[in-house]
Amino acid sequence: MKEVLEEKLKKEFSESSFEFIEQFGELTIKFDKSLIVPVCKLLKQDEALAFILCEDITAVDWATRTNRFTVVYHIFSMKHSFRLCLKADVDNADNKIDSVSFVWKAANWPEREVFDMYGISFNNHPDLRRMYMPEDFEHHPLRKEFPLMGIPGSVSLPKK
Amino acid sequence: MGLESKLVNDGFITTTVDALAAWARENSVWPMPMGISCCAIEMMASGDPKYDISRFGSEVMRFTPRQCDLMIVAGTVTYKMAHVVKKIYDQMPEPKWVIAMGACTSSGGMYRSYNVVKGIDQFLPVDVYAAGCPPRPENLLNALMQIQSKVGKSRVKDFPDAPELGFEPKQTEVSL
Repeated sequence: MKEVLEEKLKKEFSESSFEFIEQFGELTIKFDKSLIVPVCKLLKQDEALAFILCEDITAVDWATRTNRFTVVYHIFSMKHSFRLCLKADVDNADNKIDSVSFVWKAANWPEREVFDMYGISFNNHPDLRRMYMPEDFEHHPLRKEFPLMGIPGSVSLPKK
Repeated sequence: MGLESKLVNDGFITTTVDALAAWARENSVWPMPMGISCCAIEMMASGDPKYDISRFGSEVMRFTPRQCDLMIVAGTVTYKMAHVVKKIYDQMPEPKWVIAMGACTSSGGMYRSYNVVKGIDQFLPVDVYAAGCPPRPENLLNALMQIQSKVGKSRVKDFPDAPELGFEPKQTEVSL
């Protein structure tokens, strides 16, 4: 499967670099965030790959790095019973990445969750609202600078 | 039975409507099961034949707040859920009582986190706290019995929506 992936990606995106990492019995591909939508489209639509299932989207906050966030996609090919992990770095200043919710409909809510927890906005997302926290909440709880016990007064309680 | 022995001896009893109503209310506390997480399982267990909450006249768990006078908040209340709990509590008719069941509801419990309310007494008037994580059904029944003794002592003038009486009602202790 790795050889097929490598060949297809090299052929389609010849001038871009892809980093293939194998760890914990799973294949991870790292690439530039500008490629996220075309790569995902290829992975889903190509008959030889057929990654039709978007299992989860999450993110990592590296706190001090220039490319502060990494968005992580876990996708699965039912046809080949193969699990794949995609990683794309997001710049702290820009903090944006293209939405893949038009490739997989299942990406809609996980992307909202990442937006809620990390404050990464997804371009062209159909409905980018908070997933878990109240809509008037101003912070992003899974960022490293957010205190575990929360910020007093940041979420409202009903009056007694 | 207390009531029958009274009837056999005298054929009548004297009491106040207030005390009689409190006695009736005490023995038919209808709970609103606000089951939010794992405490709700123990709350369900307290309704089964082994523990049998109907011994206390509280087997009618109404899933509508309009017919209830006791809210059992069973589970972790997050800040988002707090508004829902409060909204349901507000729909219950007076007089009403609240049991905070379990560690999460009483103090936030093991969730030392940004999203869990540290005790529902921040927005609800809690009458009885049931300790445990989750409390065993016996413990919930104990809390219910404490509520019952509180309900039995309650008088109309203490209720928030009580009408103006214009006089101090006579306090009568009844033991039926």
